[in-house]
Amino acid sequence: MAEYKGVLVFGEAGNGKLAAITAELLGGARKLANDLGAPLSAVFVGSEVKGLAPEAIAFGADKVYVVDNPILKDYQTDAYLLAMEKVVGQVLPQVVLMGQTAIGRDLAPRFAFRLKTTATMDCVDLVIDPASKRLLQTKPVYGGNAHGVFTSATDPQVATVRAKTMTLPPPDPSRKGETIDVKMDIDPSTVKARLIQKVAQAVEGVRLEDARVVVGGGRGIGGADGFKPLEEVAKLLKGAVGASRPACDNGWVPDVRLIGLTGKIIGPELYLAVGISGSSQHMAGCSTAKNIVAINKDPEANIYKQARYCVIGDWRKVLPAFTAKLKELLAS
Amino acid sequence: MNIIVCVKQVVDPEAPPSAFKIDPTTNRMVPSPGVMSVLSPFDEYAVEAALRIKDKQPAKITALSLGANLQREVVKKPLSMGADALVLLDDEAFAGGDSWSTAYALAMAIKKIGSYDLILCGRQASDWDAGLVGSGIAEILGLPCVTVAKKIEVADGKARVERVVSDGYEVVETPLPALVTVSNELGQARYPTIKGIMTAKKIEPVVWKPADIGVDPAQIGAAGRKTNLLKLFQPVRESKCEVIGGQTPEEAGANLAVKLREAKLL
Repeated sequence: MAEYKGVLVFGEAGNGKLAAITAELLGGARKLANDLGAPLSAVFVGSEVKGLAPEAIAFGADKVYVVDNPILKDYQTDAYLLAMEKVVGQVLPQVVLMGQTAIGRDLAPRFAFRLKTTATMDCVDLVIDPASKRLLQTKPVYGGNAHGVFTSATDPQVATVRAKTMTLPPPDPSRKGETIDVKMDIDPSTVKARLIQKVAQAVEGVRLEDARVVVGGGRGIGGADGFKPLEEVAKLLKGAVGASRPACDNGWVPDVRLIGLTGKIIGPELYLAVGISGSSQHMAGCSTAKNIVAINKDPEANIYKQARYCVIGDWRKVLPAFTAKLKELLAS
Repeated sequence: MNIIVCVKQVVDPEAPPSAFKIDPTTNRMVPSPGVMSVLSPFDEYAVEAALRIKDKQPAKITALSLGANLQREVVKKPLSMGADALVLLDDEAFAGGDSWSTAYALAMAIKKIGSYDLILCGRQASDWDAGLVGSGIAEILGLPCVTVAKKIEVADGKARVERVVSDGYEVVETPLPALVTVSNELGQARYPTIKGIMTAKKIEPVVWKPADIGVDPAQIGAAGRKTNLLKLFQPVRESKCEVIGGQTPEEAGANLAVKLREAKLL
């Protein structure tokens, strides 16, 4: 029986550097590894990704495994599965963590079943139980209406972690660690589901996930044109425009603007939510905003439970006056 | 072509947050009286994806659902939308499972159904939001899997799938048979028609018990779990929301800007 030991973080790149989620994961995983008295490793799968190793070490990894192969340049489930199987077979980690990202959502479930273990997705908290030494995995359920705390009976214990839930650690460039090349040949015929094309639909300007200010619109906006006043406010505040599910499902804004359980997770200083009721699915995406301000004509809207300020009124009347005053204040 | 769509009966996720109460003694969610059961919304999108394929080429769509005391009017919805057959794994032994034991039971039922080119699932169920069963079934059956599809086209023994990624979408091609999980970006699912509802009334679901699909009882339902739910709770959200008023909505809007400026948020 293989003995599993240590924590392994699946790392991702963002714009050629270490992705923010990976740095957050390493920060959280460092504590888990310390509590387990075991090493923390990171794994990068891709093409020409070895350059990410030093950053991973600075954020807390003791060892960094690199599977570098041109066939891994873009994410494809079948190929990345083989790479992870090989690394996990070598490292035998007791805990495997991935971000709840486009890759993590796809890779973690299949990978867990491949290893005859289970995964807990979209965790917002991970701690080692002091008595059992098992990983306690907390994740939102019922669309975010409740939280469940789970344990896995089998090793490795696999979990994906939501963005902005673990604290970004300060990097320590003086930390020492080991980088290990994991050489493997991947037979292209093993990739059954093949990536043919990537189509970018990114909206211009600052990304929702990175914006300091976000203006969001929901069902109350009523149509695509209704988003123009919101875009004006966002522009004045150098922010980004997002939306809740109804606005996306109705085609008023592109799907990439979705803030929520299956969309973007935002953490701005200011989130101005206009005509948004605050369903649990939406709050899952914006709870990490530092200040939520809601404009809604429903006096019972759920969003007020998490808002710092609100105006109860018709946004069509409230927002233009808000914008006019805002322009005045910014000019002074 | 033969399509199997997995659908799950859940408590209506559109019920207001106050309708979801947790019983801490049993670690169960107890819905308020009057809250309905429905098909998990992403599973409806999966049914719609199957129907769009059937709109364009001859196809037989079999809906498959697992649970205990399944409500016929809920699980028959795929039939009234246009699916052709319904198979139910309806038994207490199937209940209380996690993604592991559920994927196993569904995979065994699919093996018994026998003939399939495409298996569709919703990307995640709106109760546990796990997002594992689709990939799990694919792994157990040894099939390629494409997740979070917004468009599925089938031709020449292959599926061409557009899948959602954070800044757009990817086009992935897979040979069939394959499993695809479906997301809401697919677009509005069709409503049942009167004709569909009448047809659905006449179709008797096939109901299978554990013995019918040759499953080891220790590997299904609550007995077959690999995860343990230690605690279910509702996080307390402390927030005092300050209501910014005014004589008119316009005045309130202006007051809000001033307030946010004072709070150094602008």
